[in-house]
Amino acid sequence: MTFRIPSLIMAILERDLRLALRHGADTLGAVLFFILAGALFPLALGPSPELLRRMAPGIVWVCALLAALLPLDRLFGSELEDGSLDQLLMTGLPPSLIALAKMLAHWLTTGLPLLLAAGPLAIMLGMPTPSMPVLLIGLLLGTLILSLIGGMAASVVLGARRGGVLLPLLVLPLTTPALIFGAAALDAAQTGLSWGPDLELLGAFLAAAIPLCPLAAGAGLRAAVE
Amino acid sequence: MLEVENISVFRGERLVLDHVGFTLGAGDALLLTGPNGAGKSTLLRVLAGLRKPEGGHVLWSGVDALADRSQHADRVAYLGHQDALKLGLTLRENLTLAMRASGGNPDLCMKSLNILGLADLPARMLSAGQKRRAALARVLLAQAPLWLLDEPSLGLDINTMDLLGSLFAAHRQAGGIVIATTHVPLPLPDARTLALPGLNESDISQPIEDFPEDDLL
Repeated sequence: MTFRIPSLIMAILERDLRLALRHGADTLGAVLFFILAGALFPLALGPSPELLRRMAPGIVWVCALLAALLPLDRLFGSELEDGSLDQLLMTGLPPSLIALAKMLAHWLTTGLPLLLAAGPLAIMLGMPTPSMPVLLIGLLLGTLILSLIGGMAASVVLGARRGGVLLPLLVLPLTTPALIFGAAALDAAQTGLSWGPDLELLGAFLAAAIPLCPLAAGAGLRAAVE
Repeated sequence: MLEVENISVFRGERLVLDHVGFTLGAGDALLLTGPNGAGKSTLLRVLAGLRKPEGGHVLWSGVDALADRSQHADRVAYLGHQDALKLGLTLRENLTLAMRASGGNPDLCMKSLNILGLADLPARMLSAGQKRRAALARVLLAQAPLWLLDEPSLGLDINTMDLLGSLFAAHRQAGGIVIATTHVPLPLPDARTLALPGLNESDISQPIEDFPEDDLL
């Protein structure tokens, strides 16, 4: 069994990427929401460059967080509805690894496009270019955390009535540490302080989420098919 | 050999399976019959390791099969009520995961169900019967000794039923076990039948004494 695990994880990733390419609406939807939500702030706050520059880190992070939530309830929901989740479990892959593969797929189809769109949005809000690497490194870690915690929450609410409503209520509180550290690193970079410690804390958060979230999600998947 | 002992399952407050037991050897087949809601599908899911029973044991060659459910999955080919096909993927792409899990040849399996010609069509273009055949191809592909089939004949035409009969025969010839739920006759000669009684609410407190186990053991 052990030797098949990487091949099975790759097969799940390939399958989800193919599906994401063929039904581009989910992926594009999240990215477009990210850009549009970010574009609303200048309209609402007025076009003061000074104000927008100061708020840019927070805006980019909050919008990324909300945009990553959008495709989450379909992540396992579609698998449960058409019976694919049973077949995934019947491949013999441990449920936690199935969950990990799906979380990776979520990152590739949502986190990575958000990361690519974050640069243009930050420039639009007038963020100074020297702090751009801090934004992208922070968001790289942050979107991975979002996929892990989001995947965990998605599997926990799987099969629950009104799971889609419950999902943000579970994910948003759990991801606040990532938001705080990520935005704080950017703030520090903009004011010329050291941004290293904040990113390191973000990395530590990710390091804890990598083993814990798939384990919890695996238990959620098992419970959902019962 | 598959030994099922005293399986009991609650769904909510209701006892759907009450001390169900049977033993099947290599080449045996078992038909699960009974009214809607009698727990046929639930029993299949228990045997597949997808659901934990509230009581009882499933033994495979004398070993507790449900202790390691991921390992048990390798012994089982499960056909659910739904076909579990992704509509946006072609048939071949739909079978990739099962192929990686078992190392089987998807083309051969599609050929034995007469759907090789449809292999590169997206599943959304297929009729209900063709989708069912694709799901059956995945059962073949799993190369597992124990087939658990939830109404395998759903939507199949007469020719495919004959085909299904020969596939069942070949599987049993090779020492495999078939357990199927059904409401219509299936091409499984000398298969045993386990009739699950639909339980009324009044039955919850009093277990059924004369459960037809004796004709199975």
